[in-house]
Amino acid sequence: MDIIITGLLLGGTYALIAFGLNLQYGVARIMNLANGEMIVLGALAAFWIFVADAISPILTMLIVAPLSFFGNWLIYRFLLRPLVRRAKNQGQLEVDSILATFGMAFALVGIMVSIHGEYYTYSYLAEPFEILGETFALNRIVAFCFAVLIGAALWLWLYFTRTGMAVRAVSVSTEASGLVGINVPQLSAIAFALGGAVTTMGGTLISTFITLDASVGVVFTMKALIIIIMGGVGDIRGAIVAALILGLVETAVARLIDPGLTLAAAYAIFVLILLFRPQGLFGRKPS
Amino acid sequence: MTSGDVKQLVWGAILLALAACVPLVANGYWMSIALTIAMFTVLSTSWALFSGPTHYISLATAAFFGVGGFLVGTGMSDYNTDYWTMVVIASLAGTVLAFLVGLATLRLSGVYFVIFTLGLAEMIRTLVSWIQNNFTGSRGLYVLTDLGEADIYIHLVLVAALVYLAGWWIARSRLGFAMRIIGNDEMVARHVGINTAFSKVILFTFSGFVASLVGALIAPRYTYIEPNGVFSPELSFIVVIMALLGGTGRLWGPIVGVIPFALLQEYINANYSNYSTLVLGIAFLVIVYFLPHGVLGRLEETWAKRRRSTW
Repeated sequence: MDIIITGLLLGGTYALIAFGLNLQYGVARIMNLANGEMIVLGALAAFWIFVADAISPILTMLIVAPLSFFGNWLIYRFLLRPLVRRAKNQGQLEVDSILATFGMAFALVGIMVSIHGEYYTYSYLAEPFEILGETFALNRIVAFCFAVLIGAALWLWLYFTRTGMAVRAVSVSTEASGLVGINVPQLSAIAFALGGAVTTMGGTLISTFITLDASVGVVFTMKALIIIIMGGVGDIRGAIVAALILGLVETAVARLIDPGLTLAAAYAIFVLILLFRPQGLFGRKPS
Repeated sequence: MTSGDVKQLVWGAILLALAACVPLVANGYWMSIALTIAMFTVLSTSWALFSGPTHYISLATAAFFGVGGFLVGTGMSDYNTDYWTMVVIASLAGTVLAFLVGLATLRLSGVYFVIFTLGLAEMIRTLVSWIQNNFTGSRGLYVLTDLGEADIYIHLVLVAALVYLAGWWIARSRLGFAMRIIGNDEMVARHVGINTAFSKVILFTFSGFVASLVGALIAPRYTYIEPNGVFSPELSFIVVIMALLGGTGRLWGPIVGVIPFALLQEYINANYSNYSTLVLGIAFLVIVYFLPHGVLGRLEETWAKRRRSTW
């Protein structure tokens, strides 16, 4: 029971991060491997502001989100847009964006190491909280609740606004949505920036209960990618289920076998998905 | 075989023979740099054999390299096996691992492959540390041989000869032809009857074999083997940067990137070691934005332009 609830709580935050990456890959078609570094940036901001001024990470998240949105918009506009234009096909864009975002990831790690090279340790809401007679850390629950709130807001935006509908159209087909008068470059930029902002917020939330350091980003990139592949690219429902599964499996492995094996567990899931359902949990086989 | 092909072989043999003479003139510091260059030359050339034509970016080099080094360490420290026996076993294990990874991922699109290889080294490292901590006890692994840096260097030059020969042969074989078609358009390749998955798996397995062999051969240099060291994911990225920097269009392209980047890294690590990650990042960005076809590609473009303008 303890494992299930902790796992679900962790999965909630993972789902938020995967949501961000889904916007970037599913809509803007950029395989962003600097995703994990955005998480670490969010965590670094939370740590920094908390240690300096004792400001709650939740408030930090509200400051960080617009900054990250703007920063990611700039990245898309000036670094990734030229690649989109240059690419002759989707395959070349993938290779270019993978290499470019690797470059950004390493550059960001380098910069973050020079800002703060050690672990981002701080203690926020590390108080016990009881659910069904068992105690959990309050910060995990708060993080989960905020992840759900942000996710719900995004979902409403995607499914009940005009812009949201346009974003979904672009994710289905870039060419066709251009033909019906959607400004694809602009929407891609918005989706990429929004995805980055969501990821950074996820990072701020995670940092309240997991201690991060500058170089850990790539592990989160892996997890987000595994979730997206498991859920099916662009499939939000799939991503949520996949995130919860990953959260559960990781927690179970960490508690029952060894905390060092969480990545191996994620890989085991990944291999199973690749072998049996490469189209994602709910995806249909391409004809 | 045309006379051009033979000429290439002869030139390659002469250059490799010259490279094998380096230990006669270099010693100490320069020998160690030459060894690093030899190691990365083999790794990035064999990387480019697979990733060059297919554009599948493999980040698994560190995983195979680590398997090679780690198995040699375990075999010699824990089971008292002879060094050369372990080199054979380690490179076989790397080959099998590469084959399995290839089978699982190369049937699908390139993104899955990149993602899978991205975390592979880290995953194996955590697995190995876990096994060490829980079953074999976390003892240090020693690789004690009487091989000096010059001997290891010669071994690597021999492997380089093997890789270049393989590359030369592949470029003239049906397999190389198939790879070029796959790289240009995988759909077309499948429609003209090429078994795309099989071709990719074969070449990927070869590059995995070479990487694990290099990991095993270089192990005596470090003497003390630690999972965190041999499975360092950075290695994979450095290999990618070097190969792309030189250019993957030609067999000898990667070495054009290996030599300057190895020297740059040596300099950075000695003087500004805090910035090594930042330098990797900048190198990636420079390649993507300014040298998409590597230094060689850029030179060839300029030559082509000049020739056109003089005519």
